Amino acid sequence: MPFEIPFVQIVWWAMTACAIGGAIGVVSSNNLFHSALFLVLSLFGVAGYYVLLSAGFLAVVQLMVYIGAIVILVLFAIMFSRRMMKPTEDEMNRQWLVSVIVAAALFSWLIVVVNSVSWPVTSAAPTADTVLQLGLAFLGSYLIPFLVVGVLLSAALIGAIFLAREKVEAEEI
Amino acid sequence: MDWLVDWIASLQIPYLTEPEARFLSHLIFASIIAVAAPGMLIILTWLERKIIGRIQNRIGPNRAGPFGLFQAIADMIKMFTKEDITPANADRVVYNIAPGLAVISSILVFAVIPFVPGFIGADLSVGILYVVAVGGFGTLAILMAGWSSNNKYALLGAFRVVAMLLTYEIPMVMALIIVTMVAGSMSMAQIVEAQSSMWYIFTMPLVFLIFFLAGVAETGRSPFDLIEAESEIIAGFHTEYSGIKFGMFMIGEYVHMLALAFLSAVLFLGGWQIPFIDITQFPGLVSAILGFLSISLKTFLFVFIMMWFRGTLPRFRIDHLQNIGWKFLVPLSLVLLVAVAFVVRLFAPGSSSAVPVVPGALSALGAPGEAVALLAANLLVLAGTVSFVSRMARRSKNRQLRAVAAVEPVPAK
Amino acid sequence: MLPIPLSWWLTVSAALFSIGVFGALSRRNAIGILMGIELVLNAVNVNLVAFWRYVIPANVEGQIFALIVISVAAAEAAVGLAIVIAVYRRRHSAAVEELDILKH
Repeated sequence: MPFEIPFVQIVWWAMTACAIGGAIGVVSSNNLFHSALFLVLSLFGVAGYYVLLSAGFLAVVQLMVYIGAIVILVLFAIMFSRRMMKPTEDEMNRQWLVSVIVAAALFSWLIVVVNSVSWPVTSAAPTADTVLQLGLAFLGSYLIPFLVVGVLLSAALIGAIFLAREKVEAEEI
Repeated sequence: MDWLVDWIASLQIPYLTEPEARFLSHLIFASIIAVAAPGMLIILTWLERKIIGRIQNRIGPNRAGPFGLFQAIADMIKMFTKEDITPANADRVVYNIAPGLAVISSILVFAVIPFVPGFIGADLSVGILYVVAVGGFGTLAILMAGWSSNNKYALLGAFRVVAMLLTYEIPMVMALIIVTMVAGSMSMAQIVEAQSSMWYIFTMPLVFLIFFLAGVAETGRSPFDLIEAESEIIAGFHTEYSGIKFGMFMIGEYVHMLALAFLSAVLFLGGWQIPFIDITQFPGLVSAILGFLSISLKTFLFVFIMMWFRGTLPRFRIDHLQNIGWKFLVPLSLVLLVAVAFVVRLFAPGSSSAVPVVPGALSALGAPGEAVALLAANLLVLAGTVSFVSRMARRSKNRQLRAVAAVEPVPAK
Repeated sequence: MLPIPLSWWLTVSAALFSIGVFGALSRRNAIGILMGIELVLNAVNVNLVAFWRYVIPANVEGQIFALIVISVAAAEAAVGLAIVIAVYRRRHSAAVEELDILKH
């Protein structure tokens, strides 16, 4: 199949354009609402990565949790905390130049590390039904982390409600 | 759609081997859906106006064409030729992307709907989750529209859509989890297969009710059309939209409604199955036609029910909707989840080598026994809910009466 | 052999990570910082899943870690945004450098 490998690579480049381009948009846009929309693009690209890595379940969870919930909450908070169409002010703080240097240094260091290690890559394929495997693992050897995540989520739910609640006299009707 | 792949591959066109043929057949299928689903708008709007007209003791459109059938076409021409307005201070790019996203998000659902035996856009192993995931894009589109219009009413509509999302999403996902648990798979095709002996609407009526209510809330149709409540916030998120962009929102809404009807048919009415007849035994074309007729009939049943809702029910208030979601549907779906899990466990086959489950205590009774037990569990939960809710309602009514009596002195006789 | 070498994934992930770090460091608004952190978490997830796919595809540990990271990110976003809203209500600003009341 001469077609197969370039095709996957084309998709990979498209997804990379989404993920990295979106990420740059997130940090460089001066309008916070646009930042959040660029975040959607970036997260979509990452979901595409998961599909290419044959982790379909994770891709759908990424779309559902990040785009369906987290970004919507972020957008909601932005809409709540900014006046509409306020003339865009500078969204960067004074240390942005230092931040650029730090991030660039971090990136180049990571690249050096990535390329200097020979990773023990295998060409084995994952088992067909990863969803089944995931379910068994979560209710088997990873039961405790699973429960802890459940407790964490309930705590976050209660805590978020408590924090964001307006202190008004509850009127019982 | 393997036959299509085989047929294209058999043409022996250079550079068109099996993987390309598969890609091409998906492209063809996607194009058909992308044209046909918005095309249904013509039929759906006509149907809706006729049905609402009859409910309100009117005739409905009857001038253009036989039975007023061309009325929808005339409406569409009118809509598409209207002036396309963009508010002066709107966020242009976002404002223009939002209608397209609304349409795309509702069309994407059709990728995992099994229309006839063996014909499905993509038989994902996580089909049900995919449906929930693409539903998020619709909400995103409404948020974008509400924000970018630079209009207070549009922003209020966008706020409301988030409040509604938080309300309906959890019961809906719970209902889908219950279906997944009983069918033993998240793939839509396998859920349809699993209903060959009994449709889930009969074994789990309460689960269906939760799913359908949450689904109607997701489509943003009456009685949950708070995001465009015309008597409160003008037109909600699409206040500033006109012409073809408003038309796209309308297409999005109707396609979403159609998708929900298809989903209900697939998840709870056995998809393409026909009772007492195994249509897969017929030759390919006959079974395809029968299956498509069957699923279309079921779909239009649900479409009719949604239009019936719109014709008869008044709009919910936002706090009522939140109450119904968080204080009624969420606890109810949690209780149902536990009850159904218990029943499924009792009837677990336990023969699969991959899943080391202990054979259920009642597995000897087989599928009919499980159906009866599921129905019994549903009815039990329903009875408990009804008695609890009626007790709570009585108590709150008494409290209100007492409060009124305390404030207003009894008029002298 | 897989069509895309592992180092490509790691490079992309490093880029996402660095961009996220930059966003978290340079933003004035608390929500902007939160979005930078989401990018960082996503970079970590890409790494986890890529290593799972290329090194130990037989087990699902990589996906499990990624799923747990996603859940923690959801919890973090919920609490973080609740804090932002609570702060905004009191001080009518979500810029973190104005939240220096303890300094004075």
